Amino acid sequence: MAAVSEVARADLRRLRHRRLLESRWILWITTPVLLLLLLGAWKLYTVVSGVSALTVPPPEAVGRALFELMGRSMLYEAAYYTFYSTVMGFLIAVVVGVGLGIVLGKLHLLEKVSAPFLVATQVVPKVAIVPLVLLWFGFGIASKIFMAAVISFFVVMQNTILGIRSIDPGHRDLMKVIQAPWWKRVISLDIPSSLPFVLTGIELGVVFAITGAIVGEFLGGDDGLGALAVVMLAGLRTDQLFATVIVMTLMGFVLYAVVSAIRRFAIPWHESSGRVTSL
Amino acid sequence: MSSRTEPTATEEAAAPEAAPPAPAGRTPSGCAITIEGVSKTYAADAGPVHALTPTDLEVAPGEFVVLLGPSGCGKTTLLRMLAGLEVPTEGSVRMGDRTLFAPGALAPQRDALGSLGFVFQAPTLMPWRRIGRNIELPLEGKGPRRRERRERAALMAEKVGLEDFLRHYPRQLSGGMQQRAAIARALVHDPDVLLMDEPFGALDAMTRDQMNILLQQLWMDTGKTVVLVTHSISEAVFLADRIVLLSPRPGRVKDVVEIDFPRPRPLSVSADPEFGEIVARLRAQLGEHE
Repeated sequence: MAAVSEVARADLRRLRHRRLLESRWILWITTPVLLLLLLGAWKLYTVVSGVSALTVPPPEAVGRALFELMGRSMLYEAAYYTFYSTVMGFLIAVVVGVGLGIVLGKLHLLEKVSAPFLVATQVVPKVAIVPLVLLWFGFGIASKIFMAAVISFFVVMQNTILGIRSIDPGHRDLMKVIQAPWWKRVISLDIPSSLPFVLTGIELGVVFAITGAIVGEFLGGDDGLGALAVVMLAGLRTDQLFATVIVMTLMGFVLYAVVSAIRRFAIPWHESSGRVTSL
Repeated sequence: MSSRTEPTATEEAAAPEAAPPAPAGRTPSGCAITIEGVSKTYAADAGPVHALTPTDLEVAPGEFVVLLGPSGCGKTTLLRMLAGLEVPTEGSVRMGDRTLFAPGALAPQRDALGSLGFVFQAPTLMPWRRIGRNIELPLEGKGPRRRERRERAALMAEKVGLEDFLRHYPRQLSGGMQQRAAIARALVHDPDVLLMDEPFGALDAMTRDQMNILLQQLWMDTGKTVVLVTHSISEAVFLADRIVLLSPRPGRVKDVVEIDFPRPRPLSVSADPEFGEIVARLRAQLGEHE
C-alpha cells in the first residue's frame, strides 16, 4: 500500500509540475517578484559597499532619473530615432536576408562558394567597421540603418537557407506525383515549410537590429538613445545613463514581443506555437 | 469519386457476405501498366550497383498486384519508376495506352502521369494543413473550384472513416489515421492507378490488419488498379490477386504467384491451411537468399 501511494504522489507531483509549465499566468507573478528581488539586491549592495553613486547609483536614484527623463521631449525624440533606424534596418535585413537565403538555399554550389565571404562579413568585429560606415554614410540616420541591417541580416539569411534545405523530400516527391506546377510548389510547399525557420530568424534578427542601431548611434552622431547615453556618460549622470539603458531594454522587449506574436499568429500549426494536443 | 454508393469505410470490418462488384477495367485496350525490359543501375564509387535487372511485367486494369521482397530487391525502385520519380536505365514503361518512359528517355512523359495516386511509406501530410485541406491538395490548381474540392475531400474522408477529423491537424491524429488521410488524398482525384510503397510498414499489427481490410474494401468499391510494395508475406497473400516475388543483389523477379481466395477476404482467411501453405512457400523462396 505504501508503495502505491508513493507512486500516486509522484504522479501528482509530475502533474502539478506540468500544469505549472503550461499555465500562462505564472510569469505575471514570478516576473515582478524576481524584479523586486533584483532591485533589493542592488539597493543592498549600494548601501553595504558604500560605492559611489557615480559608479553605481542606487535604484531609487535611477527611478527618479527615469521619471525626470520621461518629462522631457529629448527622450522621446531619441527613442523615436532609434526605433525608426532599427525598424528600417531590420526591414532591409529581412528583405535581403530572406531573398539571399532563398537563392543560396536553392543553389548549393553558390552557397558553398560564397560561404567563406559570408562568414567573413560576420566575424569582422562590427564595432570596428563603424568608423568606415560613418565615412561612407555620414553621421546621419543612414549609417545607423546600415549598421542595424548588417548586424541582423545574417541570422535571417542563415535561417532561411536552413528552412529551404529542410523541406521534406517526401513532400517534394508528393508534389511531383500530383504534377503540381512550379508556382504551386512554391506556394503550397516551399513557403509554408520554411516559414517556421524564417520567422525564427526574423525573431532573432530584430534583437540584433536594435544592437546595431545603438552601436551606430554610440559611435557617431547626436541623435538616438545611443548618443543620449554618451551624453549622459560625458556629464557623469550615471543615474540617467542607467535610465537610458532601461528605455533601450524596454524598446527591445516591445519589438521582440511584436515579432514573436506575428510568428505565433502566422504558424499556429507549428510545435513552437504551443498548444500541443494529441489524440 | 465514382457515383456508386458504397458501404462506408467504417463498416469495412463487417459483412464479408456483401457481394463484391467486379472490378471494372477503365482502359479499353489491354494493360493498365506495361513494363518492358526495365532496369536500373546506380553509379557508385565501388562500381555500378544493379538495383533492378531487366524486368518485364504487365498489370491488368483493376488488378491488385503486390511486389514482395526483402530490402534491396528493387521493389521500391520499380514502384517509383511507375510514378515517374525514378528514371529507368533501360526499357520502357507504359501507363494504359500512354508512354511514360520510352526506351532511353531521360524524363517521364508528364501527361502519362495524370491518372495516378501514390501512397508513401510515411503519411507525408503537410503539418500546416488541416486533414481536409491535405486530402484536397491533388485537386488544387487543376480545375475543380474550391467548393467542389471541399465536397470531394469530405466524401473521400468519409470513405476512409475520417469524416469527423477534417478540421484536425495531422499531428493530432494517430499514425493509422494519418495513413488513412494519405490514402484519401491519393484517391481524391479519382486516378486509374494507385501505387503504394509499404504504406502500412510503420503501423502496429492490429492497425495494419484494419488498414488491409479498408484497402481491400476501397479497391473493391472503386475498381482501381493497385500496385503495392511490401515486405510482409502475409499482407501480400491477404491483399494480392498476384504476387510478384523479387529477390535482391541484383534485384530481379524470382516468381509470380496467383492468389485466388474469394473476395472480400476476411482476416480469418489467414487461418486457412492453403493460406499457410502459400506463406510457407514464399518464405522458403525468400529464405534461399538469406
